[in-house]
Amino acid sequence: MQYMLLIYGDEKQWLKFSESEQGAIFGEYMRFTQEIVKSGHFKAGDPLDDTTAATTVRVRNGKSLTTDGPFAETKEQLGGYYIVEAPNLDEALKLAARIPSARWGSIEVRPIAKVPA
Amino acid sequence: MDNARARVERLFREQAGGIQATLIRLLGDFDLAGEVMQEAFVAALSFWGERGVPDKPRNWLITTARNRAIDRLRQRRRFLASDASASVLAELGDGDAEIELELGQPIADDQLRLIFTCCHPALTVESQIALTLHTLCGLTSEQIARAFLVPLPTLAQRLVRAKKKIRDTRIPYRVPPPELLPERLESVLAVIYLVFNEGYLSASDDGPIRAELCSEAIRLARLVGDLLPTETEPRALLALMLLHDARRSTRLSTSGELILLGDQDRTRWDRQRIEAALTIVEDALKRGGARPFAIQAAIAALHAQAPRPQDTDWRQIAALYGVLVRLHASPVIELNRAAAISMVDGPEAALQLIDSLAARGELANYHLLHATRADCLRRAGRNDEARAAYQRALECEVSDAERRFLERRLAELS
Repeated sequence: MQYMLLIYGDEKQWLKFSESEQGAIFGEYMRFTQEIVKSGHFKAGDPLDDTTAATTVRVRNGKSLTTDGPFAETKEQLGGYYIVEAPNLDEALKLAARIPSARWGSIEVRPIAKVPA
Repeated sequence: MDNARARVERLFREQAGGIQATLIRLLGDFDLAGEVMQEAFVAALSFWGERGVPDKPRNWLITTARNRAIDRLRQRRRFLASDASASVLAELGDGDAEIELELGQPIADDQLRLIFTCCHPALTVESQIALTLHTLCGLTSEQIARAFLVPLPTLAQRLVRAKKKIRDTRIPYRVPPPELLPERLESVLAVIYLVFNEGYLSASDDGPIRAELCSEAIRLARLVGDLLPTETEPRALLALMLLHDARRSTRLSTSGELILLGDQDRTRWDRQRIEAALTIVEDALKRGGARPFAIQAAIAALHAQAPRPQDTDWRQIAALYGVLVRLHASPVIELNRAAAISMVDGPEAALQLIDSLAARGELANYHLLHATRADCLRRAGRNDEARAAYQRALECEVSDAERRFLERRLAELS
C-alpha cells in the first residue's frame, strides 16, 4: 500500500535556523531519503518551493481564475512530500516520525487511493 | 433440537466476542466478520438441531463463517475487480489445514490484537471507545449511544467512519511491536478507564448499562494484564477499578444522591475485592515502580484500607498526588492534591492552591474545582463565599447524583 507523507511546517521557521543548523537538517534529509530508498520504502519525494512561489487556479463556470499565493493562508504550509510503500499504517507512521521536520512541523499521513482500473 | 438451541445461545453469549475477533483477524474486515458470524450462528441453529452439536463447536462456527466470507468475497470480485478482496481471498486460501492450525491459537490473543486495533491513536478517542464496546464487549449501537448520551445516528456514523479508516489506511491487526507498545498500551488503558468511569460516574441514569460498562472494563483490563504479563500498568489499572468497584454500592443514597468517600458505609465495602486488589497493587508497584495507574491504585488502596475516615493516611495520599503531578502534569490531579492537602494542612492552605489553579482558567467550568473550593471555604467558616462557590459548581455540567448532593450542601449553609 502506498502512503503520501505530507510535510507541513511554518516556512519562516527555516530562516530562523542558523546556517550550520540548516546544513545539518539538509544532511539529515539526505540521509533519511537514502535510507528509505535502500529499505525499499521510497517511491517519490521532493521539497517544494515557498508558498511565495505558489499560484492557485480555479475554474468556475468555465472561466479560469488565477491568483497569487497558496489556496489558503494557514500557519503551517505544505513544504514537501514523500510517497512511500508500507505494509500498514503503523509502518508509515514510523517513517513519518523519522522525517526531520516532524520535530518542529507536522507530517500528515494519507493512503493513496486506488482508482479502479 | 432444544438442546442445540440452548447450546447455540450459550455459545453466542459467551463466545461471540472472541469468535468475532478471530474472524476479524482472518478476514481483515469488521463488517464482513460481523455479518458472517451472525450467519454461522443462524446456520448452527438448524444444522446442530438435525445432526447434533459438533465436537468443536467454536471451530465449526469459525469455519462456517469463513466459508461464507469466501463465497461473498468471490461474488464481490465478480462484480468489481477489487484488489482488496482478491488479496484477502489469496490469504484465506481454500484448504482447511491452515485454518485448523490458526484456530489452535487461544482466542484471547485475537481479542488482545483487536483491542490494539480498536484503540489505535489514528482514531478519535470517542471512536476508540465506541469500537471497543461494540466489537469486544458486544454492546449494541443503541446501548452505547444511551450510555454516552449521544444520538444513535451520531454513534452509528462514528462506528462506520472508524471501521472505514481501519480498512482504508490499513491499521494493522496485531499487538504492536516493542518500540510502539508503550504509546499504544497507554491508549488502550486510557480507553478501558474511560469506559469504567462512564459506568461509574456518568450522567446517564441507566443503571444496568452503567454496571455493564464497569464489568466490561474490568474484564478487558484483566485480559490485557494476563496477556501482557511483563507490563505492570494493566494490572495496576485493574486494581484501581476493583477498588472503586468495591465501593460502588455505597456511592449513592437510596434517593440517588452522591455520598462522599468520608460518609460512605464502610461495612458495606466489598472486602474480598479490596483484598484481591491490594495484592495486585503491591505487585505492580514492586515490579513496575511509580507509574501513573500504580500510583492512582495506591491512593485508592490507602482509602480502602482506612477502617474509619479519620484513619485515612492523608499525608501519604497528598505525597502520592505530588508524584502523580510530576509523572503526568494535569490540573485535575493538582486539584486532587489540593483536596488531600486540605486534610493535612487545613482548608486555608488548600484554598491557596485551588485559587492559583482557578486563576489558570483551565478548570473554569469543571464542577469539582468549584465544589472542592466550596468545601474548603465551608470548613474554613467562610460561608458566604462557600455558598457562591456551590452555586458556581451547580452552573457547570453535573450528574443528577452530584446535583442533589451540591443542592443539599448549599441548603445547609443558608
